[in-house]
Amino acid sequence: MRFLSESPSVYSQCYRVLDDAGQLISHSNFVPVSEEVAVKMYSNMVTLQTLDTVFYEAQRQGRISFYVTSIGEEAINIASAAALTSDDIVFPQYREPGVLLWRGFTLQEFANQCFGNKADYGKGRQMPIHYGSNKLNYFTVSSTIATQIPHAVGAAYSLKMDKKDACAVTYFGDGGTSEGDFHAAMNFAAVTESPVIFICRNNGWAISTPTSDQFRSDGIAVRGQAYGVRSIRVDGNDALAMYSAVRSARQMAVNEHRPILIEAVTYRVGHHSTSDDSTKYRPADEIEWWRMARDPVTRFRKWIEINGWWGSEAESQLRSSIRSQLLHAIQIAERAEKPPVNDLFTDVYDNIPSNLREQEKLLKETINRHPKDYPADVPI
Amino acid sequence: MAAIFQGVGAAAALSSLPSNSFDSKNILFSPRRSFSVRKAPSFVVVRSDGTMNLDLNPKGRRAQQFIANAVATKEDSSAASSSSKPGHELLLFEALREGLEEEMERDPRVCVMGEDVGHYGGSYKVTKGLATKFGDLRVLDTPIAENSFTGMGIGAAMTGLRPVVEGMNMGFLLLAFNQISNNCGMLHYTSGGQFTIPIVIRGPGGVGRQLGAEHSQRLESYFQSVPGIQMVACSTPYNAKGLMKAALRSENPVILFEHVLLYNLKERIPDEDYICNLEEAEMVRPGEHVTILTYSRMRYHVMQAAKTLVNKGYDPEVVDIRSLKPFDLYTIGNSVKKTHRVLIVEECMRTGGIGASLTAAITENFHDYLDAPIICLSSQDVPTPYAGRLEEWTVVQPAQIVTAVEQLCQ
Repeated sequence: MRFLSESPSVYSQCYRVLDDAGQLISHSNFVPVSEEVAVKMYSNMVTLQTLDTVFYEAQRQGRISFYVTSIGEEAINIASAAALTSDDIVFPQYREPGVLLWRGFTLQEFANQCFGNKADYGKGRQMPIHYGSNKLNYFTVSSTIATQIPHAVGAAYSLKMDKKDACAVTYFGDGGTSEGDFHAAMNFAAVTESPVIFICRNNGWAISTPTSDQFRSDGIAVRGQAYGVRSIRVDGNDALAMYSAVRSARQMAVNEHRPILIEAVTYRVGHHSTSDDSTKYRPADEIEWWRMARDPVTRFRKWIEINGWWGSEAESQLRSSIRSQLLHAIQIAERAEKPPVNDLFTDVYDNIPSNLREQEKLLKETINRHPKDYPADVPI
Repeated sequence: MAAIFQGVGAAAALSSLPSNSFDSKNILFSPRRSFSVRKAPSFVVVRSDGTMNLDLNPKGRRAQQFIANAVATKEDSSAASSSSKPGHELLLFEALREGLEEEMERDPRVCVMGEDVGHYGGSYKVTKGLATKFGDLRVLDTPIAENSFTGMGIGAAMTGLRPVVEGMNMGFLLLAFNQISNNCGMLHYTSGGQFTIPIVIRGPGGVGRQLGAEHSQRLESYFQSVPGIQMVACSTPYNAKGLMKAALRSENPVILFEHVLLYNLKERIPDEDYICNLEEAEMVRPGEHVTILTYSRMRYHVMQAAKTLVNKGYDPEVVDIRSLKPFDLYTIGNSVKKTHRVLIVEECMRTGGIGASLTAAITENFHDYLDAPIICLSSQDVPTPYAGRLEEWTVVQPAQIVTAVEQLCQ
């Protein structure tokens, strides 16, 4: 009689390609990237970092109501996106705007959503950072945790039925793996043999809950075996490792019709959101250390500089260009018209039913009777 | 059993109908919007209930019992050869299956997911034979994780499939509430119309035969507030098939409520393709004195009470509201304007049920037409007991309906 131990004798290995100095670790195997792709990846990582910084500042200035940064997780965002194709359907949690960025969502489009103006594809109905783009195969962010995971399995099921050369990809944090939806979705992906990639951003914190209070397993990758899902633990701050892992995962998922679980180990450098001050529950020097010494953007830059593909001039040019583009986009978005009152009632159903038409009429009558009690800049 | 004709041909048959008779033969359907108050009954009447017949015989009188078997196949109808009548006879669960099967044949995107829906055929046999016919991928057996397979259905719907998610019992869908409320009803709106969710969520609910409190839930109360979804309740084989098909063709998420005790109702339904409009109520029995609004199983209790009422000289108008969200205020309103008295008979609990919302809607919209306050008969605010007698007392019985009408009409 032997009981299986509650923890493995050896912790799962973490796949890494670049060391902290941006140099290739000897004997590491990885999928090579061309200069073009590497530079594009790096530019996108810088853009994401700058986007986050500028929008965070905008929220602090009161120009937008809310924002969520992805600081420290740029490699996960961009490298995973680079390893996928545009046909792969993405189900994000909310800390993956980099995937949209890679696929071509413009800075203006990001700004429009955050300001909830008329050009927002969501028609101003969601909080900032709840992006969604049908044409870029990026499903609209829903605030609820882990509900997107079974959605991804459903989409993979659909892709499998249609025999498409594509897979579904879903992202979630360490906290999201505690939700029931995670377990059932993993189980079911395995049983239905669906082409889905589960990417867990294990960034150590679920708002103020550290992973030691979230679970007692050896991270997330080990759970894969419990469901019959192949898994890997990757250094999430290593762009090359992320790229290779997701690339291989995609191949297995699509060719072998199997789900893959990737645990990307990283650190949430920013606060959970603009409504949070993480210095209240974790030491400020811990945050600083991860921000400086373990920055994934810096690490990748060192590698592309070593290869002679990048330099300090290109760096400063890129950063100032992105920053000014962002400030410009924000100015435009801020001044743009807000969505009209009708948009409060459309899209609840495919066609507006009579009860909503009535409610719309009532609202317009009320606004007309008390115009000074309603915002002047919202078109009726 | 009466035959039901759809639309065309109704006018011709109208002339042969003796007025004010409810002979269970030729009751006709007339196009919805041309409805106006007429003396001759020329609207659709559901004939699954054999007790519709006006000439009472002792066999039909079941004053001591609540309705155990709402459908009695009459001897003479089985004697008449079924090949001479148009349409075909089947049970309600078979009608649901037929509707589902026809839609699956018609549209390859339609698929089913739920517990034991595959080779087991579903716990109420609604999906029997479908897995063999369409394959395991289109009729998917899921693990026991309602929130997650409902979520799967939503993801599949957003990607272009048209899934049917079956809750083995509607009560189990309480576990799927998060996905239904936060995603199913919401994502079309929050995505700015970019993603549609043409999903159908269905299953049996309501108070059954001593199934215990957890298996006697009336989910329509809980879901009615969720914006973005539509809710319909079927009550006859005819409308079960029609609503199933309409729900599958709708671009909006639809929740189709079936009732555990109605699956074995038998009726003759048309051979041709037909659907029942999702937002329409069904006129079961036109009348003059009082409007009785009901749905699902309570329709049969109401019709049983209607027999007694007619004997006592009342002329109730019975409307099966069918569409629980949104309410068909057009049909309901016309009825209220005619009779000026409303009785709502539901299985939901008194607090926060469909009846409560319906009472509010009628009061708001048709207050001036009411001669008396609306009476709403519902189940008490208690979990449904297992003991048979106690369970009986939590469900509205025909005797109470009769008393309520008498009270309304005095």
